Amino acid sequence: MAAPKRGRSASAQSKPGRALALILIAIVALTGGMFLSGHTTPRLGIDLAGGTSITLEAKADQGSAINKANMDTAVEIMNRRVNGLGVSEAEVQTQGDRNIIVNIPKGTNSKEARDQVGTTAKLYFRPVLAQDATGVAAATPSPSASGSSKASPSPSASKSGTGEKATSSSSPSASATSQGRAVTDALKADSTPSASASASGSPSPSASATGGTGTSASDAKLQAQYAALDCSKQAQRNKAGEGAKPTETTVGCGEFNGVWYKYLLGPAAVAGTEVKKAQAVFDTQTAAGWQVTMTFNSKGASKFADITGKLAQNTQPLNEFGIVLDGQVVSSPTVSSSITGGNAQISGSFTQEEAQSLANMLSYGALPLSFQEQSVTTVTAALGGEQLHAGLLAGAIGLALVVIYLVAYYRGLSVVAMASLLVSAILTYVIMALLGPAIGFALNLPAVCGAIVAIGITADSFIVYFERIRDEIREGRSLRPAVERAWPRARRTILVSDFVSFLAAAVLFIVTVGKVQGFAFTLGLTTVLDVVVVFFFTKPLMTLLARRKFFASGSKWSGLDPKSLGAKPPLRRTRRPAAPAHTKEA
Amino acid sequence: MSKLGNIGARLHRGEISYDFIGHRKLWYGISILITITAILGLAVRGLNMGIDFQGGAVFTTEKTSVSVSQAEDYAKEASGHDAVVQKLGNGTLRIQIAGMDTQQSDEIKNKLASDFKVDPEKIAADLVGPSWGDQIANKAWQGLAIFMVLVVIYLAIAFEWRMAIAALVALIHDITITVGIYALVGFEVTPGTVIGLLTILGYSLYDTVVVFDSLKEQTKDITKQNRWTYSDIANRSINGTLVRSINTTVVALLPVAGLLFIGGGFLGAGTLNDISLSLFVGLAAGAYSSIFIATPLVADLKEQEPAMKALKKRVLAKRAQAEAEEEFADARGDAVDDDEPEDTGHAVVGPRTQPASRGRGRGRPSGKRR
Repeated sequence: MAAPKRGRSASAQSKPGRALALILIAIVALTGGMFLSGHTTPRLGIDLAGGTSITLEAKADQGSAINKANMDTAVEIMNRRVNGLGVSEAEVQTQGDRNIIVNIPKGTNSKEARDQVGTTAKLYFRPVLAQDATGVAAATPSPSASGSSKASPSPSASKSGTGEKATSSSSPSASATSQGRAVTDALKADSTPSASASASGSPSPSASATGGTGTSASDAKLQAQYAALDCSKQAQRNKAGEGAKPTETTVGCGEFNGVWYKYLLGPAAVAGTEVKKAQAVFDTQTAAGWQVTMTFNSKGASKFADITGKLAQNTQPLNEFGIVLDGQVVSSPTVSSSITGGNAQISGSFTQEEAQSLANMLSYGALPLSFQEQSVTTVTAALGGEQLHAGLLAGAIGLALVVIYLVAYYRGLSVVAMASLLVSAILTYVIMALLGPAIGFALNLPAVCGAIVAIGITADSFIVYFERIRDEIREGRSLRPAVERAWPRARRTILVSDFVSFLAAAVLFIVTVGKVQGFAFTLGLTTVLDVVVVFFFTKPLMTLLARRKFFASGSKWSGLDPKSLGAKPPLRRTRRPAAPAHTKEA
Repeated sequence: MSKLGNIGARLHRGEISYDFIGHRKLWYGISILITITAILGLAVRGLNMGIDFQGGAVFTTEKTSVSVSQAEDYAKEASGHDAVVQKLGNGTLRIQIAGMDTQQSDEIKNKLASDFKVDPEKIAADLVGPSWGDQIANKAWQGLAIFMVLVVIYLAIAFEWRMAIAALVALIHDITITVGIYALVGFEVTPGTVIGLLTILGYSLYDTVVVFDSLKEQTKDITKQNRWTYSDIANRSINGTLVRSINTTVVALLPVAGLLFIGGGFLGAGTLNDISLSLFVGLAAGAYSSIFIATPLVADLKEQEPAMKALKKRVLAKRAQAEAEEEFADARGDAVDDDEPEDTGHAVVGPRTQPASRGRGRGRPSGKRR
């Protein structure tokens, strides 16, 4: 408290006007931004505004039964997925034995959400046993049909022969390779000259990683399947690898640079469940576009190091592993050395949204069941409109009472308090409206309540300050020094206590999901705004007002009347004969 | 205002004060009583979990002309629970009621059918699972635990560990009371309730910190004097911030009270009751505990410290001496007045001597001397 003397002159002279101008400019800019962006109301949560309701039905899948445990797991994962992208506050619940309802608030990208919740997202890293281009770009489907149907059977048969041989012995098979290359080359020349080199075959010694394929009977069946597979056809693509167990060899399709390739894939070496964290990143170095980077857990990391080490000894295509998501090969990178450290990237021709959505799904795990969208419909708000209006009216009455109380108690000062509350309210509203589209913030009932409590916390800052000023006046100071002297102490109290609120908000925002996160956001926002408003509005306004005669002279209506505050007279008071009252119990 | 202002002024000067610390046993007692009642209520009646937590039944009607609010009334009548009614895009209604099993849901289906005047076959009934999954709850608990640890560390650094403990005790006190009253009243626990509880958690700590901040400021140089014990100064600090505490509490409580009593009571905004009740009880408890529980607790803990014990000894010795002198002559000045060691009976004491030399923050301490 040594500062006030110096601080008094400095802050009282120049700062207040500037700070006030700053906050007014901020308000105008933000409000202008709000109108420009066209989002003039905060996005409302599903309980206040309704939204879209999606019903998903579980499909019987190989290996996983539709039971309560699986349904509950699916709900958990969907919940994390839809709420994982931000504060979107979607609701997910089971209905009956095999349905899941997902409610999404109005204004959310419901298509993206639908894609997100329903995708199974089973991810496996499988060694590539064989690979062939089939057909041409999806963009030009018509000419591809003839070329591919002619081309694919012959090389794929020999190819799979290679695969089989490779697993049993380690002899390279030149004929198969040349045949495969010839066809691939022919195909390339034929349809897509730009196809990447990764499609070209080469002599392939066996890799121990590819060992462990099943009996020859199932192999033969798979070879036939592989031979018949034509990935340029949508129907075949969808069926390829369907229901494959992770421990089995399977077939799959993948698109690269517009060409569909078919793959014969070994048993899964690493599963998506072993991914600890995934993130979408934009690769600026190699200009590969959007990628998904993954970090494996310790088990996954060692498995991954293992498989990449083995694959790296092979030559193409056996040094590739396929990253298989829901049966489709999203990318098949080649491995040149063992990758330790548990990090991997998936690159494919992703858009930003695809990459983010994939990262989101990988982070939050695969659904134990597959789901089919049964119905999509709009729903009205869960809270009745009439009730809500009654509630708002009641809240308004409460606020009016606050105003009456403030006026009765603080008189002239209440103008400062109410102006500050107003500024705070405007800023809160505008920022919420702007953040609705930006981070998916939805104002729901809990958030409204958080804002109502914020009235108390915000008002408390002024009250702390006002009481400090009054204490100073009671010490016999005149208003201007009192305003400046009271500030450092009030400031510390405000900062120390607001920090606690902010801490709560920050921790809850980082850790939690869904509605709690939305609440934490409201709390954090109002707390920060409280500090901003007190520093840049209330304090400068007080400094300015302290110069006005009305306040400085301590008018009876200013709320700062030294007399009614009982300011200490400079002279010592005489002792009053009150003492005996206390001593009576001695 | 002048009257209120006067009270503020007199509180400031210490002319009137309530001996919060001296009567702490009484307030501890009251709090323990309320807390036990709350815990009993929780144990006996339990919490009435809403559909978001325990699932329930969902009824889907055919396209109907019945309005949402009518349907709400019908459903409430049929089931005795608050129902969530939503209109779907195709004109049908979705009615959700908490805590139903298949048998109950069949009965309600029939009742609803007769209310809606449709064939029971045309209402589809199904059981729904909770939408507030374990995941959300677990994450919230996890966040809470992390926050508690961080806030204790923060308070221990910014203030001291005794205050951190006292703030935590006050916080647990507030939450227990709120949850207990919730159990006693029997309102359904919704996500709103949980959010309300979290709000209280923040507010309770906030309020405690404001009071502690003044306490810390006033006790800064406590060992350099031998006029007042820690408890005296703690008491003065509470009284000094009393006006602020009252004003803040009134301002924070009024809107919530509006929601709860006017909204819930007169206007029939029943859906807001859950949140506003938890907020109302919690805010009141938060304000109460900062003054009546947290600060006396800090004083209790602090008086255990050797330095404070020594201080107390000095203060008491000095007072005994002053008192002895006063019996002969009307000693003035630094003889801190006439207070007797045990003054448990008097809450509010009258105006007293105010030596002019005293600076701000050195207003009269409260009545009790120990």
